[in-house]
Amino acid sequence: MSLSEKHSLAAFLTAPTRFLFFTGKGGVGKTSLACASAVALADRQRRVLLVSTDPASNLDEVLGVQLSPAPTAVPGVPGLFALNVDPHAAALAYREKLVGPYRGQLPESVIRSMEEQLSGACTMEIAAFDEFSRLLGQPEATAGFDHVIFDTAPTGHTLRLLTLPGAWTGFLQGSTSGASCLGPLAGLEQQRTIYENSVAMLADAARTTLVLVSRAQISALTEAERTSVELRQIGIRNQELILNGLFRAAGVDSLALALERRGRLALAVKGEFLATLPVFKVPLRPNNLVGIPALRALVGPQTLPVVTPSPDVGLPLPAQKSFTALVDELMAAGYGVIMTMGKGGVGKTTIAAAIATELARRGAKVHLSTTDPAAHVAAAAGQVAGLQVSRIDPVVETRAYVESVMATAGKDLDAGGRALLAEDLRSPCTEEIAVFRAFARTVAQGEDAFVVLDTAPTGHTLLLLDATEAYHREVARKASNIPGEVLNLLPRLRDGRFTRVLIVTLPEATPVHEAAMLQEDLRRAQIEPFAWIINQSFCQSGSGDPLLQLRGQNELPYLHEVVNKLSQRTVIVPWLAKDPVGSEGLRQFFNPAVAS
Amino acid sequence: MNLPAQILQVFESAMCCSTGVCGPGVDPALVKFAGDLEWLKTQGIMVQRHGLSQNPGAFVATEAVRIALAEKGEGALPLLLLNGRVVASGRYPERKELADWLKLQAGGIPTTGQSGRCCGGTC
Repeated sequence: MSLSEKHSLAAFLTAPTRFLFFTGKGGVGKTSLACASAVALADRQRRVLLVSTDPASNLDEVLGVQLSPAPTAVPGVPGLFALNVDPHAAALAYREKLVGPYRGQLPESVIRSMEEQLSGACTMEIAAFDEFSRLLGQPEATAGFDHVIFDTAPTGHTLRLLTLPGAWTGFLQGSTSGASCLGPLAGLEQQRTIYENSVAMLADAARTTLVLVSRAQISALTEAERTSVELRQIGIRNQELILNGLFRAAGVDSLALALERRGRLALAVKGEFLATLPVFKVPLRPNNLVGIPALRALVGPQTLPVVTPSPDVGLPLPAQKSFTALVDELMAAGYGVIMTMGKGGVGKTTIAAAIATELARRGAKVHLSTTDPAAHVAAAAGQVAGLQVSRIDPVVETRAYVESVMATAGKDLDAGGRALLAEDLRSPCTEEIAVFRAFARTVAQGEDAFVVLDTAPTGHTLLLLDATEAYHREVARKASNIPGEVLNLLPRLRDGRFTRVLIVTLPEATPVHEAAMLQEDLRRAQIEPFAWIINQSFCQSGSGDPLLQLRGQNELPYLHEVVNKLSQRTVIVPWLAKDPVGSEGLRQFFNPAVAS
Repeated sequence: MNLPAQILQVFESAMCCSTGVCGPGVDPALVKFAGDLEWLKTQGIMVQRHGLSQNPGAFVATEAVRIALAEKGEGALPLLLLNGRVVASGRYPERKELADWLKLQAGGIPTTGQSGRCCGGTC
């Protein structure tokens, strides 16, 4: 288990820049590594500020302290402060800052209308961006800290956040009419310097490092490569990569050897990309990285830590449903929408593909669709008769939406009017609307067939559902020019006979707690999940490898928590020796030996 | 020759952008009106556009707007003031009307509403 010192996490922290951005596909361990780095630097007497901008942040849980949008001292680590920018809360505060002064001066109905308008997706983006930019572009906001470490949101969100300063600076310079989607941002000119400073800071290699976090998995490495290339294109060239959770089998256990082999194969396949930047390696740990001692151990000597068995180890595995029985129930409905939801990296795409393929194999007409920017669906689904696979591609949807608006609303305009319309359509909100419409359209197809949707990571999903709700209110107020499928969307999602939400998670502390939060959010929107699927369970895999067995034992409390407290129906899927890709690979889910 | 500058002030409902494309559907009347205002600017008319969510201060500071809002609520919007006098309330005017008020020759595109749409979707 010894790794060359040159590539250890300690080596990664030899000469860190002032700003560190951690990014990567959800579930790869960004938060753990950002926290471990922050703790390690603080232990060297540096003053460190750790920032989360992820709407589904679990920084509180990892650090064991209740965080807020203001820096909070982390107990037990002198010099370390952390803050959590919740985009929802930031948007609310931002709205009140704008509306508050006019209460009592304008009629109540007018105030309500202002609030309504400032509840949309663009206000949230602007508010979150404003916070982000304040930390990055205003020297006094982070004065007194030697390092500022950002534990950023899952990749799609990160990209948007990081590319915003550039996009918006360009937008402000090119804007001629003043009123645009940036309108709600009062005092735009004062913000401009801050935005420009943010852009400069991101591209300054002496001050900023982008830390790509990945696992030794092809999908995670592909995502990291995409992020790397895109950010390089906008001038962020100082990039490093941490390979997290590297595993080496201890004996001859076939599952353990398969896991090791799969990891090595992924690194070989992505060898060309890995040669483009410095790579650091962190071995797989038997325990979950929650709490300060676990974070300190991650940077310490790279040996297999001694694990105290948890008191729950003696518990029997809880009763559960087989994957086959779950599909039997779904099949019996005959039609409708099946959505797999959960944090990125838990296997939503694979589960969606397995269900869609099996339904089609049993003779149903199935449409499998994804909003996941990584779009693994087409690769995961085998060629099965009756199965149609499509992707909601944000770029394609946005282009189509812009073209349709220009062709309808823009058709009678003169040159000046068309230029103005085109200008407004260049705003960041346009993509949200275009993707939202495509989502609604896909859901509407579930009337006469099965539609299986693999949604994007949790943070994005929350925003999407929130947009649904906001649009629903908007629709009730002003019913013109809105397609029927958009009008019907929320009632459809709430109808348990039409839509079945499957929450996908992993048997670990953070994924389970985040999935529980997602369930609460869904319930607030009056959507009741149909079942939970716990994916990649080592406990269920039958492995004899000591490290994997330890990980399996550590799963038990979480398996019990889901079955006993959180879920009505639970399916536990074991970690699979073969990659679940293609119709044969996906059949592993329905292997009776595996399902019981 | 220096004519005294004419000023058209437009006070509008809360919306996040000038053409309304940010909402779930696009209102063609609003898109057209935004184009008409651009045309007025090329004719040397001073145009000020105030959105309720962007610039509520201007609503509070203008007496005619305050009175209209107190009487009719948000239904008073959009409210157009030409040199301080109310010329339209609760609707967007056509380019021809704008031209008449300002004694201009209406140029560019025709501004009669599309068939089946009595007042550009606002009535």
